[in-house]
Amino acid sequence: MIKGLQLEMRQSYAFVARNFNLVKRYWGWEVVWLAYSIANSLSVTFIGAGAAEITGETQIDTNFLITYLLIGTLVWRFLASIFNNISEMIAWERWEGTIEYTFMAPVRRFNQMIGQTIFAIVYSLVFTVLIGVVVAAFFDLSFADADFVAATVILLVGSLSFVGIGVVASILPLLYPERGAQMTNIVQAFFLLVSGIYYPVSVLPGWLQTLAKISPATYVLEGMRAALLPATATADPLSYVWPLLIMGVVMLPLGIYLFQRAERYTKRTGKLKRNG
Amino acid sequence: MMEKHISTQEPALIVNNVVKRFNVASEPWWRRLVGVQKSVNGHGTPASAQPKARRGKEVVTAVDHVSFTVYRREIFGVLGPNGSGKSTLIRLLSTLLLPDEGTITVFGLDVERDEMAVKRLINRVSVEAAFFKKLSPKENLLYGARLYGVSGREADRKAREILGRLGLRESSYTSPMEDMSRGMQQKVAIARAFLTQPVLLLLDEPTTGLDPRSKLEVQAFVNELRDTHDATILITTHDMSEADALCDRIAILDDGKIVALDTPAGLKRLVQHNGHEPTLEDVFMALTGKELVEKDDVTDFEPEKVLS
Ligand SMILES: Nc1ncnc2c1ncn2[C@@H]1O[C@H](COP(=O)(O)OP(=O)(O)O)[C@@H](O)[C@H]1O
Ligand SMILES: [Mg+2]
Repeated sequence: MIKGLQLEMRQSYAFVARNFNLVKRYWGWEVVWLAYSIANSLSVTFIGAGAAEITGETQIDTNFLITYLLIGTLVWRFLASIFNNISEMIAWERWEGTIEYTFMAPVRRFNQMIGQTIFAIVYSLVFTVLIGVVVAAFFDLSFADADFVAATVILLVGSLSFVGIGVVASILPLLYPERGAQMTNIVQAFFLLVSGIYYPVSVLPGWLQTLAKISPATYVLEGMRAALLPATATADPLSYVWPLLIMGVVMLPLGIYLFQRAERYTKRTGKLKRNG
Repeated sequence: MMEKHISTQEPALIVNNVVKRFNVASEPWWRRLVGVQKSVNGHGTPASAQPKARRGKEVVTAVDHVSFTVYRREIFGVLGPNGSGKSTLIRLLSTLLLPDEGTITVFGLDVERDEMAVKRLINRVSVEAAFFKKLSPKENLLYGARLYGVSGREADRKAREILGRLGLRESSYTSPMEDMSRGMQQKVAIARAFLTQPVLLLLDEPTTGLDPRSKLEVQAFVNELRDTHDATILITTHDMSEADALCDRIAILDDGKIVALDTPAGLKRLVQHNGHEPTLEDVFMALTGKELVEKDDVTDFEPEKVLS
């Protein structure tokens, strides 16, 4: 029993250690990506800084708008990073040529996903905090009455459903060796559009608002804003935890189940790899 | 280490009437109209004998009713030209492909029903080394070993030992794999498989593309594995002398079918003596009417072959 648990933890850890080694060895890419992300997040927050000048309205609470956009861009960076980490794992291993060795090992997909999830959350947190520190240094923001504990809970619970969605998206490169990786970008773009990252969901056309309701990112963002900008909150931040928890509990096992189905399909049809 | 649920009475591997077919895109209609039609695997299997494929698809029978048994501590060779189905067979044994027909059991365990248990017993070395290119041998090997439940420290100790024995320099052990020669990469691949202590080791053309010296080193290591570690080894190759030197028994695979199965000496007895001792090459020619190594398959420069 103890031995079995130790074995499974070792297997999950294999993925964590491997991914950190990849980050270390590809550090150049990481630096470029960090610089790009900082520039991107900064340019979004500067829209807030320029709002009064753009519209000619002097009454606009610029600092509020900046904080609003900053929360949006950071939460999105975090969730997108979780999603990418998980959804790219298959495409990455296909590219390296290691996929058969990972699939041949006596590892349950569940333990593999645990490892990938731990790595994704740690990596994305560090990455997002770095961006946040740099971007916030450009502005004079105050988070009076902000509830950071609630914000952290919402972010972590919300990341679970994104792991599940990422697992589902990673099926695409499994089934479509050539185009699968691009298809996952479409999935990501969908969440960017409907989840109210930089604007309230209410400005969207009706049919997009319906889609917003099934996006976990919508609840993460509303919850984070309720926790960090309590002045305008319409609900208790922790009330967003429940929908997120339910979505996470559904999406994670569903993702793993669908992944296993897809894996079986590739083993029947020979889609995993054919040369050699 | 993981405990291994194997019974010592069972043969190491039983392959029973296994078939694997693939759907591949067929030639476009315009090319068929022009009349340059040719069957997908190059050797005309009569279309009527094949199951019907989906539209625009053609069925390739990569492994065609194959049966054989490998006994414990045997080195069993599968000899066949490119495209004869060797890698497909190895993938079926290593749970990377599911058979369409037939059964495969490893020490009495069914590859489909007892997938996890079978996975613990086997490991595989393929033609291409298949590593994370930027990671070092150490990082790659520790990852691989942990998946099988071997601790990082134990894996590190054993990896140094094996790689030292195979002649890998200490400095290469911690620098990226992409800086190494193919011969070296293949040695790391063998170490990866060996670290998990497989009782059935599957080697898919492990020496193809290696220089003659590395080739011999790898072959010596394979022999040593069997002698000192109670491993059963299935090795595929299209190298005659390798098969002759290493294998206890050899199955000759052609077009997905086994055309002969015997000891190297037994196979040679199948063909006529014309004054000289027949080679496995002669055996293959006599059985299939083909040359084993086609001109463009030759990866190693062998002057005597080119000149003759
Ligand atoms: N995953 C696959 N999808 C489609 N066809 C395949 C696949 N794998 C192998 N084949 C086909 O099956 C036949 C046998 O291939 P393979 O097993 O790789 O032969 P070998 O290893 O002896 O060279 C070839 O015609 C090959 O094109
Ligand atoms: Mg092959």
